[in-house]
Amino acid sequence: MKQRHGWATVVGAILIIAWAMAPVVWILSLSFKAGDDINNNRFWPTRLSLENYETVFNTPLFTSGLRNSIGIALISTVLSVAIATVAAYAIARLDFPGKRTVLSIALAIAMFPAVSLVGPLFNIWRTVGLYDTWLGLIIPYMSFTLPLSLWTLSAFFREIPWEMEEAAQMDGATAWQAFRKVIVPLAAPGVFTAAILAFFFAWNDFVFAISLTSTDAARPVPAALAFFTGASQFQRPAGAISAASIVVTIPVIVLVLLFQKRIVAGLTNGAVKG
Amino acid sequence: MNVEAAPAPVGNKYSDRAVGERRLGLKLVAPAVIVMLLVTAYPMMNALYLSLFSYRLTDPAGREFVGLRNYSVVLTDSLWWQVVQTTVIIVIITVVAELILGFGFAMVMHRIIFGRRGVRTAILIPYGIITVVSAFAWRYAFALDSGFINQWFNLGDMAWFGSRWSAIFVISLSEIWKTTPFISLLLLAGLAQVPEVLQEAAKIDGATWSQRLFKVTLPNMKAAILVAVLFRTLDAYRLFDNVFIMTAGAQQTETVSFLAYRQMISRTALGLGSAVSVLLFLSVFLIAAAFIKGFKVDLSQVRGG
Repeated sequence: MKQRHGWATVVGAILIIAWAMAPVVWILSLSFKAGDDINNNRFWPTRLSLENYETVFNTPLFTSGLRNSIGIALISTVLSVAIATVAAYAIARLDFPGKRTVLSIALAIAMFPAVSLVGPLFNIWRTVGLYDTWLGLIIPYMSFTLPLSLWTLSAFFREIPWEMEEAAQMDGATAWQAFRKVIVPLAAPGVFTAAILAFFFAWNDFVFAISLTSTDAARPVPAALAFFTGASQFQRPAGAISAASIVVTIPVIVLVLLFQKRIVAGLTNGAVKG
Repeated sequence: MNVEAAPAPVGNKYSDRAVGERRLGLKLVAPAVIVMLLVTAYPMMNALYLSLFSYRLTDPAGREFVGLRNYSVVLTDSLWWQVVQTTVIIVIITVVAELILGFGFAMVMHRIIFGRRGVRTAILIPYGIITVVSAFAWRYAFALDSGFINQWFNLGDMAWFGSRWSAIFVISLSEIWKTTPFISLLLLAGLAQVPEVLQEAAKIDGATWSQRLFKVTLPNMKAAILVAVLFRTLDAYRLFDNVFIMTAGAQQTETVSFLAYRQMISRTALGLGSAVSVLLFLSVFLIAAAFIKGFKVDLSQVRGG
């Protein structure tokens, strides 16, 4: 590409960054407003205060929510990426009937409206004792993390030059060495990217979280945030909700900053053949 | 591997190695397929079954088989049609806005050289942020007590969540903010596929900027655009989080997902709620089928392949 920057591109880039950051900066600003400052009807606080952060970290609803969110999102991510890696490996490397069917099933399931599953799961979970438990959320989370991981991984694995494994073996490497030294480094970025995307989805879930939990035992942060509103211990839930929102946004920002390239590749690789 | 003797006809057609490979392949994908079907197909069957009963969780003894009556109750209720209307309106507003905005973003990201990384990083933040957090951010910005929008634009004490259209506007804004990055990245990948040679040739032939856009760029991106629109339409149709946080369905802003949730979880009317769930699933299925048939979106070509 030899095009030079037109002014429109530069202005566009600034607008995009402003547009993407504004709501985040706003909620950050809100989280630093204490007391009546919340209702100052201005963008910025008149005085910075950490009061809201103290409040949320002393609220069991939030601290247990954070623990639940991290645990449930990580476990469902690891499980689905592990299962998907094995399946995507087979799809990329082995010749067997029904490959396309597997990918079509995954696509169909990724489109599935989560709310349609909520009623029956609510009913079943209550009878089998999974209602309001970690496992009771991990299982439905697989309904979106697994197809997503499978798509991302099979798109990545298609691009891997698998014949390098045989080449290494011809050069005298053992099968295990060839796998560990050649295949693992090639496949690891894809696996990692699939894990980030799956984690984002699990971290984001609200539909299952609000429907299938009732106490601090398993309620993740997004559902807990909805309960902050109107809770009597908070005079002004807006400040506390904003502080809690910033806390759960930090992992997202860290992942995006560190792995921007991989996330973009993961989102577009599978979607449009490049 | 200890495999039992392969069936003779197969053994004749394929080598042992090929048979082994097929079996291994099927074994390796089996866990993924089984888990995916268990977590969706089984509950969906259960929903289909429950939708044929009059059944409230608070009154299990009163459960009775009513056939398709729940469906006729839902489909003859004006509330259902109003909810469908709200959902469709939000889908149209958000998908159109995201497509235009997303295309603009994609053009900028395609051309930019300096600050490329910065723009891409910024754009991924709305993508990764929790929808509920986005909903709160927009809600507080427009709220009467904590908001700044009314002050900035001199709107006095305009109650954004007090009427249907203004509430739909804010709900759509939050949705658009959160999901435009996804669409713009898909479109960016599409833009990268438009052959540079064609652009150059059109330029030499004296085509104007808009001619190049409509005659060269867009037609070459058709597949990417259709896939982006299909994904976003299906996703927007199940809109739930923003509505829950901003209005909880008040001011006629209830969407299909929210109605299903309210019937099943808040009212514990599992029979009626399941009927709504099945109808939601059917509408998503119909939208997807219409896209694939109508626009000939070949997903196997574009995705996976």
